[in-house]
Amino acid sequence: MELIYILMIPVLVAGLSLIPIGKMFAPVITIMGTLMILIFSIRVSFRAVSGTEVVALKNWISSDSLGALILLLVSFVGFTAAIFSWGYLERTAVVNNPGKIRRYYILYNLFLLSMLVVPILSHVAIVWIAVELTTLLSVFLVSFESTPEALEAAWKYGVLTCLGAAFALMGVLILYWGMSISGKGPFTWQGLVTASSSISPMLLKTSFLFILIGFGTKAGLVPLHTWLPDAHSQAPSPVCALLSGIETTTVLYAILRLLPILRAAPSIQVEAWFMVFGLLSVGTAAFLLIQVKDYKRLFAFSTVEHMGIILVAAGLGSSAAQYSATFQMISHAVTKSFCFFAAGSTLLSVGTRNITAIRGLIRKSPVVAVALMIGGLAIAGAPPFAVFLSEFSILKAGMASGHYLVTSLLTLFIVIAFCGILFHINRMVFGKPTDLAGGTTMATTNIVAMGLAIIPVILLGLYLPDPLCELLRFAAASLGR
Amino acid sequence: MSDPNTTLSTLIKLNDLAGGLFLLTAFGLVAMRQVLASLNLFILQSLLLAASAFFVGYQHGSVHLYTVAVITLVTKSLLIPWLLRRTIGEEIYARREILQVLNIPTSLLIAVGIAIFAFFLSSPLLSASGKPFVKFNLPIGIAGLFLGAYAVMVRREAVPQVIGILSMENGAFFSTVAISPDLPLIAELAAAFDVLIIAFVMGLLTRRIHQRVGTTAVGQMASLKEE
Repeated sequence: MELIYILMIPVLVAGLSLIPIGKMFAPVITIMGTLMILIFSIRVSFRAVSGTEVVALKNWISSDSLGALILLLVSFVGFTAAIFSWGYLERTAVVNNPGKIRRYYILYNLFLLSMLVVPILSHVAIVWIAVELTTLLSVFLVSFESTPEALEAAWKYGVLTCLGAAFALMGVLILYWGMSISGKGPFTWQGLVTASSSISPMLLKTSFLFILIGFGTKAGLVPLHTWLPDAHSQAPSPVCALLSGIETTTVLYAILRLLPILRAAPSIQVEAWFMVFGLLSVGTAAFLLIQVKDYKRLFAFSTVEHMGIILVAAGLGSSAAQYSATFQMISHAVTKSFCFFAAGSTLLSVGTRNITAIRGLIRKSPVVAVALMIGGLAIAGAPPFAVFLSEFSILKAGMASGHYLVTSLLTLFIVIAFCGILFHINRMVFGKPTDLAGGTTMATTNIVAMGLAIIPVILLGLYLPDPLCELLRFAAASLGR
Repeated sequence: MSDPNTTLSTLIKLNDLAGGLFLLTAFGLVAMRQVLASLNLFILQSLLLAASAFFVGYQHGSVHLYTVAVITLVTKSLLIPWLLRRTIGEEIYARREILQVLNIPTSLLIAVGIAIFAFFLSSPLLSASGKPFVKFNLPIGIAGLFLGAYAVMVRREAVPQVIGILSMENGAFFSTVAISPDLPLIAELAAAFDVLIIAFVMGLLTRRIHQRVGTTAVGQMASLKEE
């Protein structure tokens, strides 16, 4: 039943946000709604920890451990970003336009709904539609600030990801074709795993390539990542946290679901495809990180890098590597959303996105500077944060499974990205303060959101709670055959 | 009742005709300069998709495919053009797109290459199934998909880019009517709903760009890029 509630709450809250009473109403009700979703997701996860599938509607709505993991991430980031939105919108130009604020919260809830739907739907054709809806419902959130740059970013985002989605659609339909030739079974992820060995490898391979190109565009894999830094830097910061932290993860989830299906036909060499595309993304992003001029773009490129890392980890093949891939999904989502909160706070306090214009932030607003420094260190992979632990376990698993070349290339790129990120953050935080006229103070809700978001970033770097560890283990097992 | 074999061969011929014309409209979407002509071609393409669904449905005696044909007719050839004209000002449709990324003869030559590639790509798949319509619909659908993507790349006006995306989905569904005629109706309905939202969202975004930036030549917007 929890799954049904999770789907109903955002719809309800989006409807309630329409009511024009006071400018506090929509943000407060959104925060309450997302908190309830988070509680329900935690309950679903606890039920999935034992390895059982939580079923609400057989063959349509259900969640196994991998789905529950994504659900947990989406609802956590959705909750903290809802808190952050409140203060963020109050400090930006739209504050005197209650209609626009209401529109923001309606779109926010619908966008959140579309991302919650992806992991808990089992019918693959419907999953495709949900993924497509995550784009369409967030286009106007990207263009929310209505600057020419934001509109351009929204256009590129909409056109390129819809283009990708059409390729993915072809892939899904070919997969359905293969399924219907091989005999009847439900067209669900689970049904496909069961039927995969009787589907012709040629069909599997063609459909895999279409889906990899299609969803890969939306997950920001090189060479189709060009829209990502634009969209993820021009959107309002709480939306960036959603886009970068969890939207990419949910799409990557749909790609990773193909892994056990394709392993039925070893001739496809799905692992090799994953490793090549993953390394290409990590490498390209690591070098592009060095030349950025905008700190939100910096974090956006880091998302491309991390999507690549997860893909490589999933492609390494051993069960330890799969475990570390799921771990990396968590640590990236929580850390990246924190980074964008820090970047949003920086934008509020200095009023510019330009890295070179900012020096000595620590003198001007110490809280923001410390948050930005922690975010930079955490996402770059410094100990004792979660990303360090997950990246380390990926490299360890890579060495253990004998992929020496891949692992050493991955290490090299991660080190380059590490230096790139910290070089820029360092310049912004320390040094002789520049004269920054613009900017306002932060709202309390911004600090609260960052305070909540940082908990898993630090906690998971030090210690992994047992239930979460179990959940990860089962989720990793569902990637294997 | 006539001989089932003659009926089948007539149906296949009719379907082949629809397929050939479908491919032609996909080429047209790459080359047509006038924005309004692009929209009209898209309507024609959707009609051909509905026709193919009808022919295949007649052969299988499938009510399901008749429904698909009706859904396609209503959403793609009526609602989407209406939405696109409603959200975007009339003067944009009168526009002629003089500068494409490539000139039109080159563009068409590349488009031919793409279509041949689509046939090449789909030929090994054909052995998987002996259904009579697959042989024709699968390669043409994939060609429609690729040509739509190509149109998005070379066109600079906003509306032809949106139509390119919509025609990609047409291509995917042109294959579907033959390869998986039994796709659940809920998926078909949801997909139809989805293309409506694409048209609506991208249409509104085009209007906003036109109001704010003063142009709809989205291909020339380049303030965001790497140095």
